[in-house]
Amino acid sequence: MSEYNKPLPQPSKTSRPFWDAAKRHELMLQRCEACAQFIYYPRARCPHCFSDRLVWRKCSGKGTLYSFTVVHRPATRLFADGPYVLAIVELEEGPRMTTNIAAPADQLKVDMPVTVFFDDVTPQCTLVKFKPA
Amino acid sequence: MSLKGKAAAIGIGELKPYREPTDDSALDLMAAVAAEAIADAGLEKKDIDGLLVGMASADPGMIYPSAIGELFDLRPRMLNVLDIGGASGAGMIWRAAAAIDAGMCRAVLCLTADLNRMGRRRPPMISLMYEFEAPYGAIGANCSYALIAQRHMAKYGTRPEQMAKVAVDQRRNALANPLAFFNDTPLTIDDVLNSRYICEPLHLFEIVSPMSGGAAVVVASPEVALRSKHSPVWLIGAGEGSDRCSVSYAPDITESAVKGAADAAFKMAGVDRKDIDLVCPYDCYTITVLVTLEDAGFCKKGQGGPFAMDHDLTFSGDFPCNTHGGQLSFGQPGLAGGMSHVTEGIRQLMGRGEQRQVRNARLAYVNGNGGIMSEQVSLILERVS
Repeated sequence: MSEYNKPLPQPSKTSRPFWDAAKRHELMLQRCEACAQFIYYPRARCPHCFSDRLVWRKCSGKGTLYSFTVVHRPATRLFADGPYVLAIVELEEGPRMTTNIAAPADQLKVDMPVTVFFDDVTPQCTLVKFKPA
Repeated sequence: MSLKGKAAAIGIGELKPYREPTDDSALDLMAAVAAEAIADAGLEKKDIDGLLVGMASADPGMIYPSAIGELFDLRPRMLNVLDIGGASGAGMIWRAAAAIDAGMCRAVLCLTADLNRMGRRRPPMISLMYEFEAPYGAIGANCSYALIAQRHMAKYGTRPEQMAKVAVDQRRNALANPLAFFNDTPLTIDDVLNSRYICEPLHLFEIVSPMSGGAAVVVASPEVALRSKHSPVWLIGAGEGSDRCSVSYAPDITESAVKGAADAAFKMAGVDRKDIDLVCPYDCYTITVLVTLEDAGFCKKGQGGPFAMDHDLTFSGDFPCNTHGGQLSFGQPGLAGGMSHVTEGIRQLMGRGEQRQVRNARLAYVNGNGGIMSEQVSLILERVS
């Protein structure tokens, strides 16, 4: 197996619960106790109401394909190992995520349902990706 | 409080973009365009009492205004760096007018230059949310604008040939601009659609080419403007806004803060969209022009594609758009590329468009765009005489 050379997240105090959950193959997002909205990416305060009463909640992993692109010529050679699908997924809980879709482009359509899967790219790191539902 | 008619652009300097690597520094290019703009204004260096400079991605952290002031031996009474990406050039114009209106300055030099560092080792442009973007390969602007284009196509039925038409008409403009990099070969819709995909649905010829270059504008008080060499071009409307950094978190990726910026600019100017004689919208990609024209109110939301097809966007057409060729054909000198839309608006209103002059041009709409349509600045410029 070849070495994994792509950029990896460097979790911070704020973001570590997200990546720890991914490693357990769970999608967890912060939810604001004050205004009841889910948020992504992780923050110290709710971007909607500025409350710091944020708790981690497990999410369904269901969403829709908000948009996608097939990257043929990446900006860095770290991703030059073939075209890949970069996407924005809108989660059932509301927030959108930047992610990848594991499916050929001709099977993709904007707003189609997608479901989460967990890609253990290294022994230490799991990325949150999606596939057609 | 309004900036309408409080200051005018009186001089411009601009380099023809070039692609080949040289030993130039961004500061060298800034010196060249600064000297040209000050002379073009009919001023001397000692008359410049305000300095606004743009970031140079090629020299990060090196572009600070006191260094430039020292390089040119200026004595600015207001100095600042503007860091709103491609919107910085347009953003400098209203900030200069505000400083003049506040009595802080009489003649402000707005200065941008950058170098093409493609092919050299450097960290790629990354989002502030690097941790949640880069691991998935969301690096650089191409892929993010492709996401905008894909959803625009799905939501509004926008077609690839409609996007391509922007690049084609703008190339016709570039053929009449000696300063444009791509000014010798016409482009057809088939050429664009047959060029290779970079990030699907965006083709190579829908994407700007990185260049080295720079541009500068002198903005002056009414008192200084009235004795300038060329007809002053007055700032009569300005608006600015931001609604995201990364495209993933925009309220709607097919819309942008252009709407608020343009509404504010038109309100300040007290003119209608139909009064505008030429538009100079930031065009890092073809889709950027469609979204900008929609959000600025020149057509209905979602109708940018049919609008581009139904109108002649050339300098002699019914809707002159980016008469310098746009950055798609002029070339994109890094973070300085946005200033080319400002200089072209000024050039046209001064009546210095030469073979691409828009007839009787009196009002121009200029838009600056930074990041992934993250920062927006709209300007309305007017020639009074």
